[in-house]
Amino acid sequence: MTSTTEHLSGPLSATTLLRFATAGSVDDGKSTLVGRLLHDSKSVLADQLEAVEHASRSRGQQAPDLALLTDGLRAEREQGITIDVAYRYFATPRRRFILADTPGHVQYTRNMVTGASTAELAVVLVDARNGVVEQTRRHAAVAALLRVPHVVLAVNKMDLVDYAEPVFAAIAEEFTAYASALGVPEITAIPISALAGDNVVEPSAHMDWYGGPTVLEHLETVPVSHDLAACPARFPVQYVIRPQTAEHPDYRGYAGQIASGVLRVGEPVTVLPSGRTSTIAGIDALGRSVDVAWAPQSVTLRLADDLDVSRGDLIAPAAAAPATTQDVEATVCHVADEPLTVGRRVLLKHTTRTVKAIVKEIPSRLTLDDLSQHPEPGQLVANDIGRVRVRTAEPLALDAYADSRRTGSFLLIDPADGTTLAAGMAGEAFAATTTAPAADDEGWDF
Amino acid sequence: MTPATAGGGADSPYALSHLDALESEAVHIFREVAGEFERPVLLFSGGKDSIVMLHLALKAFAPAPVPFALLHVDTGHNFPEVLAYRDRTVARHRLRLHVASVQEYIDAGKLRERPDGTRNPLQTVPLTEAIQQHRFDAVFGGGRRDEEKARAKERVFSLRDEFSQWDPRRQRPELWQLYNGRHAPGEHVRVFPLSNWTELDVWQYIERERIELPEIYFAHEREVFRRNGMWLTAGDWGGPKEGETVEKRLVRYRTVGDMSCTGAVDSDATTLQAVIAEIAASRLTERGATRADDKLSEAAMEDRKREGYF
Repeated sequence: MTSTTEHLSGPLSATTLLRFATAGSVDDGKSTLVGRLLHDSKSVLADQLEAVEHASRSRGQQAPDLALLTDGLRAEREQGITIDVAYRYFATPRRRFILADTPGHVQYTRNMVTGASTAELAVVLVDARNGVVEQTRRHAAVAALLRVPHVVLAVNKMDLVDYAEPVFAAIAEEFTAYASALGVPEITAIPISALAGDNVVEPSAHMDWYGGPTVLEHLETVPVSHDLAACPARFPVQYVIRPQTAEHPDYRGYAGQIASGVLRVGEPVTVLPSGRTSTIAGIDALGRSVDVAWAPQSVTLRLADDLDVSRGDLIAPAAAAPATTQDVEATVCHVADEPLTVGRRVLLKHTTRTVKAIVKEIPSRLTLDDLSQHPEPGQLVANDIGRVRVRTAEPLALDAYADSRRTGSFLLIDPADGTTLAAGMAGEAFAATTTAPAADDEGWDF
Repeated sequence: MTPATAGGGADSPYALSHLDALESEAVHIFREVAGEFERPVLLFSGGKDSIVMLHLALKAFAPAPVPFALLHVDTGHNFPEVLAYRDRTVARHRLRLHVASVQEYIDAGKLRERPDGTRNPLQTVPLTEAIQQHRFDAVFGGGRRDEEKARAKERVFSLRDEFSQWDPRRQRPELWQLYNGRHAPGEHVRVFPLSNWTELDVWQYIERERIELPEIYFAHEREVFRRNGMWLTAGDWGGPKEGETVEKRLVRYRTVGDMSCTGAVDSDATTLQAVIAEIAASRLTERGATRADDKLSEAAMEDRKREGYF
């Protein structure tokens, strides 16, 4: 959505970007919440509102249906449901936001995985009348699996429970216990009414007992994680720049986006998978020569030695280079309609490297509702989450997803038609801080 | 995972401004395409979004030249200032330019002029045929998700079949920054490096990078007439008709498209800063203010995209 005057009151160049995702089941009021955030932050412009009012009237509705702001496809408006993830943009003087608006409908898992994969915060919506339900646990589990650093529990429809504190407190406590056990590092619970506008953008006049932030205030102030810079540096080589011109006869630069950490001129580095070493002779940051660069900057590195480096290689500090492996153990979310079976030949795309691979084993399938695991399921179908063991044709410099969302994630791709089959996360499934509360007697071998 | 608070907020020495984050992401997308595809091409209309795309591509591959050509779909009703800008830019950066001409299709009897005189929807056929003819396998477009609700559903890498059709129900999930560009022969991928930019981001970036634009983006006196609530430029393309009167007004354009359906807005903004202030205060989206083709129906953009339009 295009923006309003309010941006100009803040320091424009200094504003940061927060990517967040929403999750909620069908009747929890997610569209209303999103519509309310856009509307009350004045991110909906006159012609958009007019279009919504016009469409609502022609459908015989009395009030403008804010869900029409977000349901962009013909089929979505016809059926009144959200089919696919949509991305929304809005801003306040403090921050700019990219919202992945994920549908709560049948195909929930792959859609939420899509939205959560780039999110730094997830808003999980529950209906105050129903409390924590299976779907809520599923959303918490996906947020934990995808290692979304911040989770907001929005307890909606507080107006329908007389704005009663004990109702909110009980739901918040149950959810926080569950999500913390899964390893979600930070949980914030907020009582709201999306329909009436309580605690979404404006503080509620009905809930004096609540002293915390509104949803928008929290979104504006939650720290955007720069812990990427604290991790060991990872630089997947995307493209080799060799002008071979009179002006630059010997220039040979390795272009890429720093996936994590900080790189400095003079630093000794290792190129994987070959294991050859050199030092960083120069860093070109899109036209400027710099001494230091960090994630997620797109830069070009020059090395002191003339090594054979190409797309798919990984440059890392010699002192903190990852191990390489051809045996990948990971949790995958299966996103294709066709099942994933043992023995299946696939392509594995990890950072800028795509290699042949074979699915060796599917040791277990996870039931998100109660976090129980089903051993040796034989296959994974659409929206299943399971453990896999994959053998690759070439070594990969793979980190654990827990250490780096960027270098610990991969795709499995159908070599025949290019379909994306599964989203993979290397290493342990959940942050193993404590035992998950709902695990069955067999416990975890994840 | 390390507690997110450990790294600090906007004060952190490792914070990136939102413009730097968007720039870095777009450059990453350009380089992914250059690394994975055989024959990419960049759609270039001389409008601000394609100008920003070209600027980003120049930065992404510097000091080497941009490793792909430009494609302009010329409706035959383009603003002369924009064509001059296009040719200047191509010459300055020694780029290759392909032109697909709607007028040639009409002259050859392969396309018929619409009763309303609008040529924007006619671009689809020359565009898709140029893609087939040159066997382009990746086509960069300046589409932004904030422009329109159907575009909000668009992936960064959007697979199109041999007829260039978009099927919103069969999009690949797009996870992390792992873009999947695999496609069968005859298919291609539309790529949108500016997906996550808003109109204001584009303008702020133009200001920061001091990017030159065609003059029509800034307020100037122009002969215009009123049609369907918009100020259209008078000219050989088909206006004014009887009952429409030409007047001289101080106007500028928010988008650059076909003269038959791109309206001007009243404005006295002659500098980038004035333009940015004006957009920030506007209560209308750029398409709502100045594009007639999006007003044809509630799903006009979706329907055109399904057929192969951007």
